[in-house]
Amino acid sequence: MIMGSNMAECHPVAFRWPLKAKTDHGAVLMHVDPRFTRTSALCNIHAQIRAGTDIAFLGGLISYVINSERWNTDPFFREYVVNYTNAATLVSPDFRDSEDLDGLFSGMSADGKVYSKESWSYQRHPAPKPSVTEAKTFTDFLLQRIPGRPKTDPALNDPLTVFQIVKRHYSRYTPEMVERVCGCPKEVFLTVAETLLNNSGRDKTSNITYAVGWTQHTVGVQIIRTAGMLQALLGNIGRPGGGVLALRGHSTIQGSTDIATLYHSLPGYLNMPDARLNHDTLKDFILTEATPVATSYWGNYPKFAVSYFKAQFGDAATKENDYGYEYHPKITGDHSHLPMFVDMMEGKIRGFLCVGQNPAVGGQNARFQRKALAKLDWMVVRDFFETETAAFWRNSPEVRSGELKTADIRTEVIFLPSGIVPEMEGSFTNTQRLLQYHEKAADPPDDCRSNLWFTYHLGKRLRALYKNSTSGRDWAIKNLTWDYEPSSAEVANWKIKDEPSAYRVLKEINGYTWSDKKPVPSFANLKEDGSTVCGAWIYTGVIPDEGKNLSASRQGDNWISPRWGFAWPANRHIMYNRASSDLRGNPWSERKKLVFWDQGAGKWISPAGEGIDFMPTKAPGSKGRDDGIGFDWLGGDDPFIMRPDGKAWLFAPAGLVDGPLPTHYEPYESPVKNPLYRQQANPLAKVWNVEGNPYHKVADPRYPVVVSTYRLTEHYLSGAMSRWLPWLAELMPELFCEISPELANERGIVHGEYMTIETARGEIQARALVTRRMKPFVVDGRTVHEVGLPWHWGWQGTAHGDVVNNLSALVADPNVTIHEGKVFTCNVRAGKRGGA
Amino acid sequence: MPKGMFVDTSICTGCKACQVACKEWNGLDPEPEHFRKVPGTPYPVAFNFTGNSYDNTGKLSASDWRHVLFIEQINYRRVGSRWLFMSDSCKHCTDAACLNVCPVSAIEHTDMGNVIVRQDKCVGTKLCNKACPYGVIKFSEKTRTSHKCTLCNDRIHNGLGTACAKACPTGSISFGEVADLKARADARLARLRSLGEAKANLYGYSQAGGLKVFYLLMDKPEVYGLPENPVVPQRRQVSSLGTKISTLLAGIGALVTLRRRASGSVPEGERRETNG
Amino acid sequence: MKVDRRQFIKISAGAIGAAVAADIAGLGVDMSAAQEQAAKVPMKTGRQTPSLCPYCSVGCAQIVMTNDAGRIIDIQGNPDSPLSEGTLCPKGAATYQLVMNDLRWTKVKYRAPGSDHWEDRSLEWAMNRTAELVKQTRDAHFNEFQELPDGKGGMKKKRVMNTYAVASLGGATIDNEWNYAHQKLMHGLGIVYVENQARI
Repeated sequence: MIMGSNMAECHPVAFRWPLKAKTDHGAVLMHVDPRFTRTSALCNIHAQIRAGTDIAFLGGLISYVINSERWNTDPFFREYVVNYTNAATLVSPDFRDSEDLDGLFSGMSADGKVYSKESWSYQRHPAPKPSVTEAKTFTDFLLQRIPGRPKTDPALNDPLTVFQIVKRHYSRYTPEMVERVCGCPKEVFLTVAETLLNNSGRDKTSNITYAVGWTQHTVGVQIIRTAGMLQALLGNIGRPGGGVLALRGHSTIQGSTDIATLYHSLPGYLNMPDARLNHDTLKDFILTEATPVATSYWGNYPKFAVSYFKAQFGDAATKENDYGYEYHPKITGDHSHLPMFVDMMEGKIRGFLCVGQNPAVGGQNARFQRKALAKLDWMVVRDFFETETAAFWRNSPEVRSGELKTADIRTEVIFLPSGIVPEMEGSFTNTQRLLQYHEKAADPPDDCRSNLWFTYHLGKRLRALYKNSTSGRDWAIKNLTWDYEPSSAEVANWKIKDEPSAYRVLKEINGYTWSDKKPVPSFANLKEDGSTVCGAWIYTGVIPDEGKNLSASRQGDNWISPRWGFAWPANRHIMYNRASSDLRGNPWSERKKLVFWDQGAGKWISPAGEGIDFMPTKAPGSKGRDDGIGFDWLGGDDPFIMRPDGKAWLFAPAGLVDGPLPTHYEPYESPVKNPLYRQQANPLAKVWNVEGNPYHKVADPRYPVVVSTYRLTEHYLSGAMSRWLPWLAELMPELFCEISPELANERGIVHGEYMTIETARGEIQARALVTRRMKPFVVDGRTVHEVGLPWHWGWQGTAHGDVVNNLSALVADPNVTIHEGKVFTCNVRAGKRGGA
Repeated sequence: MPKGMFVDTSICTGCKACQVACKEWNGLDPEPEHFRKVPGTPYPVAFNFTGNSYDNTGKLSASDWRHVLFIEQINYRRVGSRWLFMSDSCKHCTDAACLNVCPVSAIEHTDMGNVIVRQDKCVGTKLCNKACPYGVIKFSEKTRTSHKCTLCNDRIHNGLGTACAKACPTGSISFGEVADLKARADARLARLRSLGEAKANLYGYSQAGGLKVFYLLMDKPEVYGLPENPVVPQRRQVSSLGTKISTLLAGIGALVTLRRRASGSVPEGERRETNG
Repeated sequence: MKVDRRQFIKISAGAIGAAVAADIAGLGVDMSAAQEQAAKVPMKTGRQTPSLCPYCSVGCAQIVMTNDAGRIIDIQGNPDSPLSEGTLCPKGAATYQLVMNDLRWTKVKYRAPGSDHWEDRSLEWAMNRTAELVKQTRDAHFNEFQELPDGKGGMKKKRVMNTYAVASLGGATIDNEWNYAHQKLMHGLGIVYVENQARI
């Protein structure tokens, strides 16, 4: 099932595989999407749903599955769900569901801004007596803080079991309700539900694939969770052909998340120190972060964290100075992309490094973002072409309209030309967590340099400027380990001799022993005593030995291909793969065999060469220690080793700010009232009530039409890597708006001619592409029209068009601050903007 | 053994990778007709929006040797909706009209059965342009010669397949021995028919003496703009033009001289753009 | 003789080998016949280097072909990849034009405050200027401590060691190694507005 993704369009080569499954093996492909797209055209079933109603649809599937005869009679489902998920766990009697509170959960603060999660927590047995009396290490402190095991009812009868709570929560998500909310005929919904159920079980698995069609919502995280719940209930996680596959956007967008250049995260999914929390010292930081998850593999948090700080500050990082923790910056709020531009507009941000992004086109409420750029003292742009962001001061729509004057824009702009992938070496992490290495084929031309070159040489210059400082505020930059000089062999064939060594950076990411500089082969080798450095523990093993770079291994096979690249963690391609076997450690079926227990050898094995995502010698059925952490606490039937109870979470007692169970909320801007609850939209959606960012009210008569933004095969995002290529420009030369004949007739919009799309944020013109691939939805008895806008165009390059993001708003998911570009409201009319 | 391509439109996603891969390998320019100058931009900008579904290139040309058709079949109730795609190119006819009409024999079948325009011989009479029943071959104002798909003549003579078939993400275009491809096409048609695709059919087995590029279509050929019975002018028809030919030939002599002077006589498939 | 593509392309961390047709492997062709034919119709060849498509996250492997002068002459799919098997989408297939593109800006450009035009500057000057600007702005707006809510209704002075005055926004087609080095430098400077396309 492809949902929240237009896979054929946006990941055409990956779509090779599901299509092959369809043509060669009879797999059924289903597409659930508001539009009939190139993906829908190749799928067996297309369920057309109103944009932003994914949780209603998925919740309907959950309800259908757990009430079906097959699910309740096939022992496979019960064995998987009772043992591998938290279905049997008992939740606090104080918990109140959104069914009880009309769309809210228990624990909401009086001002409606934050949930207290106490009532969402598990019922637990008494805490064990700690095995350590006097704590000497961070690990010892964790050992003193282990909670009691969660209470369970494996019969799933107790009304406080997660299972019963989930069942009640989705009891009103019936096929009829799905039709009413999503505008998808009941029969089509039932076909999808039956197909999923019939293709899940011991012998078969179903996969769900998504992309930004799910993330770009104010309920984005919760949509993905609903899919995770559905797959857990269907026994489709940790098994070949199952799972929830995220199709990510860029060549190493996964790597940018893993090795985070994101404000909230340190590399390897350690959290960024946050001055609002008890993160005052390294011990406070580690205990605050690791205590709630110490009974999972995160029990090793102290080793990962200390090795990270040691990697940053080297010899200067000692046990006595908390490994330099005091000097590491702390965040104090949401410093992500959207608030970054709000703060830029307010003058708080004075200087801006823009490395390979084009927010003047790609940013939500792009007019706002461009105007914020004009408030800067300086901006450095690194790119291949003169992007709209680089050129905003001379020819942006605001400059051309006279709203801004070039002479008044005081922003000093430096454009540094960037090298392109074949002109440098380095690793990318693809959407499957697979690291692959690209070699350098040619020197970049003229002043073009790799981005690593830029950052390395900027760092060298800054370190020289701070060389003589004795101030504590400069301690970090002074003591940063900063030596990635290339070996003579690495640059022998090239004109550019000061290109830093990507290999040496990757080695630091991998980790090595500080004393002898030898790479550590596994994250199990990392220490919390400062003897190891490691930039990102999850990548450990990519360089298991000096000179051996597994991301550059290029030997594929016909299946898992363990010797093609390196899949983090530890070359595991399918996460939680202990779940591919039953309670006795036997494969669920011959057909779906992956990782299983070899009784004779006393270990888990995988003939396909898959990395074992479990403790290799922990026997099925074995019990964990109540007073242990990490693998000591987990039992032989706890496949979900990154969860503190070893189970897949149907109910999330922690980790989400907006509720333990996904609930249908309308998009922040919607023409309809929430048919399910009085609570209209996500109560915790992030909004910025600032000038230049007005929102539309619910069912605002001025903006009755729903609009969705998306990509095309022929272009790439803001166009910075496609609109300057005539070969691509001529394939999709101009912005168009996809609109149904019904709406076009209503508004007198003519196919092929210009039409105007308008919101309170902006107004754009586009060619009308009138097509029945767009469909009016009937919701609660009234018609809701949708239009679609691909957003690749700008005013630079060899294909021009208005900036679609001029229309969108700064509004975001409360968990991760991703915007809601997939659905907001607008109005449409015939003719060019400005009434021409 | 003749080589060719089988285009299975039932698994085409309309991504146009074939169009770009063709241009990349063969060093083809963007189509000049698609670009024009606009105020404020120092280079030409594409303006060829057609509104014809996702097809903006519209046809084959001297620099577009491949073209992907988009056919939306959706009724007002949105039931049984289909969006058909077809990647089109020269079909490398066994009985090739272009070859038959060329007065200077610039068009040839190679030993592999593909039809190529010898750029060192073409003098730009454009007779082939008119004769081709599929509108494949086109005259270029830049080179003053006619151009079309060569079946990647250089690649296939060096043991490779065509660039489009190689790039095709779903395997919709396959290159190989015609006999093997036909076996595959027959099997694929039988499979689709068994799944209830009653309209599926194979195109190109009988037309123009047998096409070396043939298609599995999901609807009748005319839906894709393909003639059921293409008219192929025969070689002798050209001779019967009689006296007209001698006049023509006189002109051709001049054209040859002009052409040789204007550009190096480089065979198609070896031309290489060094920048875009 | 059928040639197994995996036998043909050498497994190597470096260049694949010189003067081999860009994608000769993967097609199961009869090589002896191909070698006979090869002399008849010339075809571009060159040094081949394994690379990756710069566009989406699928991670299609590419082979970059360079001529004797070291100039890139062709970029196409690597048939050895178990992910992509030599195929590419239209963007991937156009990578050659992304790199070898007349519209590419290959020189440093500078726009002074209030100016209406770009000026030429040297790379060295631009790097020094960038370092100077980062330092000036950071030093003028650095916070060692900040009053923050203590969670009990009061305020507490907390060590933050940061600056809010400089922001960094990165694309997500940039190597892991850059991401690592960049977060390290930014954190070394106390910059907390560090963001990436990965969020959206």
